[in-house]
Amino acid sequence: MKSEDTQQQIIRETFHLVSKRDENVCNFLEGGLLIGGSDNKLIYRHYATLYFVFCVDSSESELGILDLIQVFVETLDKCFENVCELDLIFHVDKVHNILAEMVMGGMVLETNMNEIVTQIDAQNKLEKSEAGLAGAPARAVSAVKNMNLPEIPRNINIGDISIKVPNLPSFK
Amino acid sequence: MPAVSKGDGMRGLAVFISDIRNCKSKEAEIKRINKELANIRSKFKGDKALDGYSKKKYVCKLLFIFLLGHDIDFGHMEAVNLLSSNRYTEKQIGYLFISVLVNSNSELIRLINNAIKNDLASRNPTFMGLALHCIANVGSREMAEAFAGEIPKILVAGDTMDSVKQSAALCLLRLHRASPDLVPVGDWTSRVVHLLNDQHLGVVTAATSLITTLAQKNPEEFKTSVSLAVSRLSRIVTSASTDLQDYTYYFVPAPWLSVKLLRLLQCYPPPEDPAVRGRLTECLEAILNKAQEPPKSKKVQHSNAKNAVLFEAISLVTHHDSEPNLLVRACNQLGQFLQHRETNLRYLALESMCTLASSEFSHEAVKTHIETVINALKTERDVSVRQRAVDLLYAMCDRSNAQQIVAEMLSYLETADYSIREEIVLKVAILAEKYAVDYTWYVDTILNLIRIAGDYVSEEVWYRVIQIVINRDDVQGYAAKTVFEALQAPACHENLVKVGGYILGEFGNLIAGDPRSSPLTQFHLLHSKFHLCSVPTRALLLSTYIKFVNLFPEVKGTIQDVLRSDSQLKNADVELQQRAVEYLRLSTVASTDILATVLEEMPPFPERESSILAKLKKKKGPSTVTDLEEAKRERSADVNGGPEPALASTSAVSTPSPSADLLGLGAAPPVPAGPPPSSGGLLVDVFSDSPSAAAPLAPGSEDNFARFVCKNNGVLFENQLLQIGLKSEFRQNLGRMFIFYGNKTSTQFLNFTPTLICSDDLQANLSLQTKPVDPTVDGGAQVQQAVNIECVSDFTEAPVLNIQFRYGGTFQNVSVKLPITLNKFFQPTEMASQDFFQRWKQLSNPQQEVQSIFKAKHPMDTEVTKAKIIGFGSALLEEVDPNPANFVGAGIIHTRTAQIGCLLRLEPNLQAQMYRLTLRTSRETVSQRLCELLSEQF
Repeated sequence: MKSEDTQQQIIRETFHLVSKRDENVCNFLEGGLLIGGSDNKLIYRHYATLYFVFCVDSSESELGILDLIQVFVETLDKCFENVCELDLIFHVDKVHNILAEMVMGGMVLETNMNEIVTQIDAQNKLEKSEAGLAGAPARAVSAVKNMNLPEIPRNINIGDISIKVPNLPSFK
Repeated sequence: MPAVSKGDGMRGLAVFISDIRNCKSKEAEIKRINKELANIRSKFKGDKALDGYSKKKYVCKLLFIFLLGHDIDFGHMEAVNLLSSNRYTEKQIGYLFISVLVNSNSELIRLINNAIKNDLASRNPTFMGLALHCIANVGSREMAEAFAGEIPKILVAGDTMDSVKQSAALCLLRLHRASPDLVPVGDWTSRVVHLLNDQHLGVVTAATSLITTLAQKNPEEFKTSVSLAVSRLSRIVTSASTDLQDYTYYFVPAPWLSVKLLRLLQCYPPPEDPAVRGRLTECLEAILNKAQEPPKSKKVQHSNAKNAVLFEAISLVTHHDSEPNLLVRACNQLGQFLQHRETNLRYLALESMCTLASSEFSHEAVKTHIETVINALKTERDVSVRQRAVDLLYAMCDRSNAQQIVAEMLSYLETADYSIREEIVLKVAILAEKYAVDYTWYVDTILNLIRIAGDYVSEEVWYRVIQIVINRDDVQGYAAKTVFEALQAPACHENLVKVGGYILGEFGNLIAGDPRSSPLTQFHLLHSKFHLCSVPTRALLLSTYIKFVNLFPEVKGTIQDVLRSDSQLKNADVELQQRAVEYLRLSTVASTDILATVLEEMPPFPERESSILAKLKKKKGPSTVTDLEEAKRERSADVNGGPEPALASTSAVSTPSPSADLLGLGAAPPVPAGPPPSSGGLLVDVFSDSPSAAAPLAPGSEDNFARFVCKNNGVLFENQLLQIGLKSEFRQNLGRMFIFYGNKTSTQFLNFTPTLICSDDLQANLSLQTKPVDPTVDGGAQVQQAVNIECVSDFTEAPVLNIQFRYGGTFQNVSVKLPITLNKFFQPTEMASQDFFQRWKQLSNPQQEVQSIFKAKHPMDTEVTKAKIIGFGSALLEEVDPNPANFVGAGIIHTRTAQIGCLLRLEPNLQAQMYRLTLRTSRETVSQRLCELLSEQF
């Protein structure tokens, strides 16, 4: 496990590398020293304002990971119904859960979207039943209207895999 | 219905997040966060017990704060408490927090492991899943110790749910990657192979990943997976895509599983069973055929998935390297991709072709694409793709196209991205040397390299050109003429001055007949650059001047004037001053004969493998050296001398003549890192016969090594930049050593790579495991590296620790012997006098006894001697020897394969200041080695 500073540094440098790339270039980037040398690659996809970046070693197929990112995004879209960036920011824990159904300890666990959604559904049922049980205030969420985001990039970091959530408004 | 309903959630968390988002400045955000942290801290510390919901909410907030990049130093305990909740939501947040934020806080680890243990035993698949995820995400050694035995059972149990099996397989894989030694092999391995037949494709995919990794380490054990994988693959490839329901992705049946299966098959040679082999060939053909079919969908996802399988199939074909037909088809397919409009495909095609280029069947076919690849180098907009094109050109290069490829690379170098220049320089240098028919071409190429990209030409490259020029007399005249001409340029790179200085110093006489390059002209030309150069280069030039004194007596006066000038004789740099003083003296007192002997032309370097290759390998990792033959040769080069700059170590070792390193190539390291003995006292070195200072090991290393024979902790090595300390402990045949690297400067070390080098012999007998350290070492910082040691059988040599790093702009390379010696695996044995002599007599076979008589090197002090024998590892037996002045010891050397009983006796002779040491063990090599080690100690 890298130190927190290193993690943040990796995220910053990755964002820097990826965000300045043109469209039409390839989706693979040679790993710098930070991510463990030339055996590791950054594989990313760009959806509207969001970059999804995976860092993978040579045991994974490059195109396979590109597809995995697509599955991840499609799953997010299903789970959040028209997912937008705010969903990812306000539900960091849920995003982690979904990713955890696909990737485990940095390795590909499941690629079948229906299977993933079924698991997430089951978790939500559990959650609901527990919420009913506890009667905890579960139904309120502040209406977040203010889209005026500060300048620092938002990011989510999950072990080997980091997702960059830059500060731009819409997802689709 | 959406699976995650947005209304559910924690209000407090949402408010906090929107507060943060409303902050207008970084300071405001930090303020808000600190307020929240204080709030949470007081809640956690408060008297009121928190309910599960609140704990969950606060832990979630801490997590969010952490993800924003702030330190979290509390809350771990609360997260751990959540693990034992019965509520899924609370447990899940607890696990999430632990997975993201765990540190190796050992007290907590025990609690965490306990919670995990309970969840694994709960038989609740959701809880088991959470626990397995946590183990896989953390993957620490402690967890491996606790669970590596348990997980295989879950994996192969008949009643385990599919989703749990999937997680268990990957969890085990993760533990195996992190701590392979802790994952036991057992009868579960054969049952894992049968998971390839599982109904659930998710389970099969996870199991395939696991088996692939295990099979790489232990192919024999998992051999049966080959036929199972082939039949599974065949069912996928030939099925109508509807058969696989959900695992069909954009009309491609189970692409991820296909890729994994093809990867697994790459662990093995082509199947021997003709039926299996035939079936596999069919599959591969089918995959290649599908590539030519019209796409079933226009979506990029469809072609991505299809091509992922195709590229993996091509990798397998290349790996088998046995079906010319398939290889050529694969090559043609990649050829099509080279021109594809998708950049990703062009990138991957270039990458795959690199491996294809090393197959004798497809090498020629790859070569036909040379124009396309050269074009890619010139026109691709993406540096990643251009980099692949460079790699491919390197891989497809042979004698027939070397001149073209080298020329293209050189011209690309003028505009190449800075990030890949050094690598291209190395590649050009290697190709130019490897395929040079005409060495004038080689010399031109390297000088061009220096001209175009001088800053990126490392020492290895210019050392090498000098080695080659010295060894080939047919090119020496040409080289002298060419460097002379190149030096005429008003601004030339310092590396050119170095090469020019060296070559003219050796072979300037070959062009001195031409009045345009008379001795005096040569001297003035070089000296005109002198003041612009750095100290090491000036040192080298001074050596050139003294060589000129010998070559051209007519310029002796001029040179003596230069040496005598205040700027030399009183130079602030001690190295330059010393050279000036000594050379001046040498030129004054020595007769012509002596001068001629001392300053004789350098003898040829022994032919050895290029250090540039080793450098490239280091830079790119072994996987990128595609040429098999090259890879092999490289390995042998490593064994010969490690990745030292070849010249530095060969120049003195190989030259019996007293002029050993007069030209200072080996003796003048580019920074003051060099230990004083090699740079100071040059004349002493010149006239002494022993070339010890320039041996590949750091000076003094041998001494330090001996000091560690009888102790385990201390400083192993130290120079101005780096200190290496050791702490180690041994028990039976196992040991653990911590190496501490201290950066003594205030500047970062970059690319810091320590490597343990064992000869093949040693590797078989001593197993060393270690993890790479962080490549950056901050100024004043210390990093630590643990080495796990197992003594498999008795051994004689010691491993070498080689450390390379960049300090400032210069490359540092240090090698020291690592004091892991046979006696470390001693277990002392107490025994009575009678027993001792009985055993002593049993070991009376002449091969079992080794004796050495030697002079005392230290004062003969009884107490010190006793301490040393105990430090050596054996028991010190009192009142055993009839002569009380003698020392006897006994112990057992533990190795994995055997235990060897050892008896020793040391007889001091005070009058003669001598010792006699006798070793008796059941194995001759052990007696021999222990005697060597111990006799150095007194």
